[in-house]
Parts: sequence; C-alpha cells; structure tokens
Amino acid sequence: MFLALSLAALLFVGACKKKVAPPPPPPPPPPPAAPTASISVSPASIQAGQSASLTWQTSNATDVSIDGIGAVQANGSQTVSPTDSTTYHLTAKGAGGTQEATARLTVTQPPPPPPPPPTVTDEDLFNQNIKDVYFDYDKSDIRADQQSSLQADVQFLGQHANINFTIEGHCDERGSTEYNLALGDKRASAVKNALTAAGVNASRIKTISYGKEKPFCTESNEACWQQNRRGHLVYQK
Amino acid sequence: MDESDRTTFQRWPKRLPGRALALVLTFSCCILVSPLLAQDWVKTGTSLGVEKVRLAVADFKPSTGDPQDTALRKTFNDTLWNDLDVSGVVELVSKSFYPLQTPGQPPEVNFLVWNAPPPNAAMLAFGNLGVTAGRLTVQGWLYDVKNIQSPQILGKQYSDVASDAAARVMAHKFADEIIVRLGGGIAGIAESQIYFVSDRTGHKEIWAMDYDGSNQRQITHLGSIALSPRVSPDGSRVAFSALTKTGWEIMMYSLDLNRLVSFPRMGGTNLSPAWSADGLKLAFSSSRAGAPEIYVADVSGGNLRRMTDAKGPDVSPAWNRKTNAQIAFVSGRTGLPQIYTMEADGTNQQRMTDQGYAVSPNWSPNGQFLALSWVRKYGPGEPGSSDIYLMDIASKQWVQLTHDGGHNDFPSWSPDDRHIVFQSNRSGSPEIWSMLADGTKVQQLTFSGRNTQPNWSWK
Repeated sequence: MFLALSLAALLFVGACKKKVAPPPPPPPPPPPAAPTASISVSPASIQAGQSASLTWQTSNATDVSIDGIGAVQANGSQTVSPTDSTTYHLTAKGAGGTQEATARLTVTQPPPPPPPPPTVTDEDLFNQNIKDVYFDYDKSDIRADQQSSLQADVQFLGQHANINFTIEGHCDERGSTEYNLALGDKRASAVKNALTAAGVNASRIKTISYGKEKPFCTESNEACWQQNRRGHLVYQK
Repeated sequence: MDESDRTTFQRWPKRLPGRALALVLTFSCCILVSPLLAQDWVKTGTSLGVEKVRLAVADFKPSTGDPQDTALRKTFNDTLWNDLDVSGVVELVSKSFYPLQTPGQPPEVNFLVWNAPPPNAAMLAFGNLGVTAGRLTVQGWLYDVKNIQSPQILGKQYSDVASDAAARVMAHKFADEIIVRLGGGIAGIAESQIYFVSDRTGHKEIWAMDYDGSNQRQITHLGSIALSPRVSPDGSRVAFSALTKTGWEIMMYSLDLNRLVSFPRMGGTNLSPAWSADGLKLAFSSSRAGAPEIYVADVSGGNLRRMTDAKGPDVSPAWNRKTNAQIAFVSGRTGLPQIYTMEADGTNQQRMTDQGYAVSPNWSPNGQFLALSWVRKYGPGEPGSSDIYLMDIASKQWVQLTHDGGHNDFPSWSPDDRHIVFQSNRSGSPEIWSMLADGTKVQQLTFSGRNTQPNWSWK
C-alpha cells in the first residue's frame, strides 16, 4: 500500500515536472582480477656448468617477462645454466596490476679439475733410469763395479730405442788440463764402446770430453774427485 | 850461486835398491855431472856460473818541464829497470849505492863515482826523457864507466806520440839494446808477448800481454771455452782449441786481421795445437779416429797424417824449435802420463820420463831442453806437488826449477832461452808467473781471474 502511494506520488510529482527519469547507469564492470605470478627453480643450487629448470606460472597477466631472459609465455619452464649465482626476477603485468616473483639459483664453482695425470716424458724416464759410469783415477777402462750400471743402461736404452743421448767424459781436478781432456775423451769412448758392444746402436750416441772444465763437485777430496771421474749420460733433445 | 842445491841433475834411469844407496848415488851423480851442468847453463845463455856485468841504471832525468813528464818518466824508469833486472844477463847495482847527482847527459857522467865502490859499476845506463808538443822523446846511453877514454857503447834516441804505452815500448827497446850487447849477442825479449787463457770475463778466452804482464788484452770473444793458445813463429796467428757445438776443434785467430780465420773441423776431440818451427805445420791431438792421437797437418788443415797409434791418450805435442825434426808429446799408453819424443814423421818414439805424472812438454829454442810439468813422487801418501822441470834431451838428466809447492804447469820458453813462463796456484788461484830458466827471479804476471796455459811468443 505504501509503495503504491509512493509510486503514485512520484508519478504525480513527475507529472507535474514533465520530466522523464533517466535510466539508471549500468552497473560498473567488476574490477579486473589482479595478476598472480610465481617462479621457482629446481634445483636451487647447481655447480657451474650444470643446469637447472626454471618454472613459472602467472595468471591474469598480459605481459610476462623475466629479467635477463626477456618476454616469456604466461606459464612455462626453461633450462638455465648460468655461470654465476642468479636471481630470476619474474614480472607479470596485467590489467589488475603488476606482480613480481623471484627465484634464486645459487651457482657454486666446481672444485678445480684434478691435475691431469702427469705425462712421463722420455727425458724423465731417461734421467730416472740411466746410471752414470764412474772411473778410477787416470783410468778409462770400465770398472767391474760399474757393470751393473751399464747393464741397467743397456736395458733401458733397449726398451727406448728412440732416445738419443750424449756421453760426457769428465775428470777430476788433479790432472793437467790438456791430458784430462784427452782422458775424458777416452772415458766417453769407453762407455760408448761398452754400450754398443751390448747392442746399443752407435748412431744414437754422441760423445764429448769436458776434462776438468765442468766439474760436478768442486771440493778437493776423494769423494768429490770420484764424482767428477765419470761418463755422464745426457738425454739428447 | 845460491840455488846450487836446487839445480842438481840426476841420472836416469836409475834402479835403486834402497834409500841410503840412492842418496849416495845421487850425491856421486852430482859430482859426476857437475861440469856438464855448468857447461849446459853457459850454452843456454843464462850465464850461471859466470860473473855478470855490474850495471848501474840511473833514473832517466826530465829534459822538458812538461807536466806529462813525471808519469811517463816513472813508467819508463820502472819498465827499464824491470827489463834489465829479470833479463838474467846483468847484475843491477842497487840504487842505494848511487851518488846523489846522476847524469841525464853524457857530459854529466862522473866516471870516478860510478866505477869505484860503493857502486863499483862496470856499466852505466842513463839518459833523459821529455815531452814537447805532445811528442815523447827519450835519449839513452850505455857507458863502460871503466873505459874513460872511449866509454860509449850505446847511444839511442826514441820519439813517438806521448803515451804511457809509448814510454813502455821505448824502455823495452832500450833494454833490449843493452841486453843484446851485454848478453852475448842474444836478442832481448822485452818486446815479446805472452798468450794465455783467462776466465776473468766469466768464460775462458784467449788473452795476450806484454812479457812483463803489462798491457793485458782479450783476444777471443767466443763465450765458450777456449784453451791452449799457441802463437805462430812469425807472431801473426794464434792456434787454440775451443769447445764448439760439435765438440773440441782447433781454431785459428789472425792477429793481423783481428778475427778468426778458417781452419777445418776435424771431428772428435781436437786439442793442444803446436806450430812447427818453420810455421808450415800444426801438430795436435785428435780423437777423430777413436782414441786421442797426435796428428800433423799443414797450417791449412790439409794433408792430415796420424803420427801415433797407441791405446793411451796422446796429447800436448811440442815441436823441436831448433831442428823442426822432432816432436815431444804426452802419452798415457803405460798408465800415468809420461813425456815421449818422436821424429816428426812418427818414428822412433822414445819415453823420456821414468815415473810419476809428467805433462806439458815445451822445447827450448836452442833445441837442447824440454821444460815440463812433473809430479815425480806420485801416489798415495806422496806430497804430489806438480813442479816445473828441465830435461836435457840427449841425456835425459833433469833439474827441478820450482820448489814452492802448489800446482805448477804449462811451462813455455822465452825466445832467448833464458826465461820460462808458467802457470802456478801458489798464490791461491791459478796465475801466470815467469822466472829465469834456473828458477830464480820468479815474478807473478797476472792478478785478475784465473789465468792459465801461458805461451811465449817466438820472438
């Protein structure tokens, strides 16, 4: 009843004013939904050189990008293998605003590669295995106690037939310069002859005398002199 | 002479049953060979056993007032005095006996104060020296002060651009003029040269110096090892042995061109070149065919011939400088190295030394003696000092010249037969020394670095 009266009154008033009431405005559209964004990386930690999977989801976004990667699909995943620790920054822009999300990938440096296994050169082998031949004072014949050294040398040289070498003849300080050079020459030849007699090819061998010009040891005693009375075998590069 | 106990010849070979007998025999040998000894020394010109001329040498006086005078005068006077002192042919009168007033010109000579005691000189050398307009002029005289009527034996004048070297050369020339007149006509050696090895640059290189040790200068610059310099008889070249990339080779340096000149590579170890007296051949040791043997080649390196063929190392040849027909050398064919001689064609090889360790033979210019380095008493418990000896070729009798310990090696005769230069470490490191051929007047010539293998020029 009240409604009828009110309506009548309204009509009456309106009739009086001769105005038509406008239609009510359409209801405002519902506010756009805010975008959502999430990003994750798995695993969260890698070693340099390894890779990780980056996965992201967004909704309500029209413009999705990841710093450092660029524009991406709304949802996706990508394999990444940065060399350093990286924070992936996802930005999802939509009508409802901007949403950001980050994921941190920690990159650890790998331990230094283990040194390559040492390559043993012929020269190393030569220096490890070859034995010098020692002499008595003023002598250039091979001493009986030096035969084992010579045999070891012959064996090694037989197994490494590609190696060429020089035999240096050395003398101790007591002799005279010129005679010592001649004696050193005899010593080098004596070692060469012993090796060739045992089958080492003479073309692999050079000889040189140093007399007392390049001593191994410079003290004036028998221990030192013995060091200097030798046939010294040197790898020839 | 005060060194008589050191100049005892001994007979060789000796085979002695005991020490006592050895002493007796040695003593009787001394007596037996004494006349021979005296004769030998006269022949070598060292004038031992004969009275030497008493020579007074007054310091040369200034003739101009040039300020250069003082230093040049000192160089001249010191050089002249040393030349005469080591010459072995005069007895220098000590300057402490000289009168206060010494002459610089002939009219200033007061015969009576020189020819009577205390100087009691037979001869007087004097003169003057001055620099005028950059030129050094020296006037020198030698007077027989016992012959007042006709005293002048020698009057000389020298002139050159003033320099220390010029003053030195003038003193050498004047000394040699005196020595040839007072020393039996044998030319002096004051202008001779000594070649040697020095490591003072860090490498063993060939060096040269005046015979008195002055004017030392580097000859080679190889940066390797250079050894055994031997100067040619005409003084134009030095042969030596050097370590090259292919081993030890004989090398040749021209003193005229101041550079290396070619000599063929022989292969093997090539050592110790030695010039023949005519300068046409070189003997050296080479292991080109195996063991180190003595070879002879033309100085071009051609016409190579092997002279020895023994298992022992043969090295260090030395030509007979008088006959040019024999070569002495070192061989280890019987064990320790010994001195041998042979004809220049390799025949008639004879062992000269009877024992010990004998190396570095050097033939005297008169052909009569070998100088050598010898450890006579060699072996465990022996003193083992290496000394310079002389050996008479014909008799194999020897005399020991050095007695001061240490290692003495590489004797080389002076051109006048009166001096020997050698290497000794008696001062602590190897240095070059010279002495008269009787072992007296020993002088150290080098002081820087290690200096070895001296070789005296032939003139």
